[in-house]
Amino acid sequence: MTTLNVNPTRMELKRLKTRLTTARRGHKLLKDKRDELMKRFLDIVRENLELRREVEEALVSANRGFAVASAVMSPEMFEQSLMCPTKSVELDVSYQNIMSVDVPKFSFSESDGHTIYPYGYAMTSGELDDAVDRLSDIMPRLLRLAEMEKSAQLLAQEIEKTRRRVNALEYVMIPQLSETIRMITMKLDENERGNLTRLMKVKDMMIKEQLQKK
Amino acid sequence: MSSGYKLAVLGDRESILGYRTLGFHVREAENEADGRRELSDLAKEGYAVIYVTEQLACRIEDEIAKYKDSPLPAIILIPGKTGSLGIGMKGVHSAVERAVGADILA
Repeated sequence: MTTLNVNPTRMELKRLKTRLTTARRGHKLLKDKRDELMKRFLDIVRENLELRREVEEALVSANRGFAVASAVMSPEMFEQSLMCPTKSVELDVSYQNIMSVDVPKFSFSESDGHTIYPYGYAMTSGELDDAVDRLSDIMPRLLRLAEMEKSAQLLAQEIEKTRRRVNALEYVMIPQLSETIRMITMKLDENERGNLTRLMKVKDMMIKEQLQKK
Repeated sequence: MSSGYKLAVLGDRESILGYRTLGFHVREAENEADGRRELSDLAKEGYAVIYVTEQLACRIEDEIAKYKDSPLPAIILIPGKTGSLGIGMKGVHSAVERAVGADILA
């Protein structure tokens, strides 16, 4: 493990020790964050998969309905009947905070149409009614799907980021800091020992000198 | 809470016709170039949710990936007139892979 390039002084030692404690605490916190994020993420993703399966199935069947309707009716009539929608949707977006990740929450408000069918019944086929009906049934789930899927994407990004941070702290920062601290302590201890032997030596010399004088 | 966001559906003509009845805004895009242009237009115009048919999405994947990490717009893949291609499902699995490191729900 490489050590940091610092001077082996007491001041540096003190500084590194505080950095190490901060890094350790940060590591623990981030690890907890990652675990909790993962838990939430898996819940969301499971629901997301379920919902997507449902919605896709429903949409495919609605599409089939439209295909049948367009086959039964004349193309002009078919397009005309879908031309002017009776309702319009407005979307409300609020944000929900999941572990400091802002994920959007959608809720929609429809302008009040009396009917979901944007046409009279005289010239259209029953298949079209059916298809439109099916589509408007899925609508709330379609929105929920958008919400879940966006949340999943955003959480995945955050987890990836957090995981990188945890790993960087665990395998780079913390070993590097402790290694450097060890190096400095050893160097300081070595200096101390060198100092001690020098003092002892000087003392010995002084005693010898005194003895010779007598 | 802010309101007044809009919903859009992007795809080929036949696939998206029905969504008009729901009050969604629909944008037609028959080819790749149209798809790219419409998508970036929609994103700029402040649409919060953009549904894109899989048939179109598989050709403009890189354009869609741009919006993956921003909170809005949410770009959601839906099956088009020829049915589901499984790309939407793949997207969910790739999110799992990104977060966990391996696709544990496969």
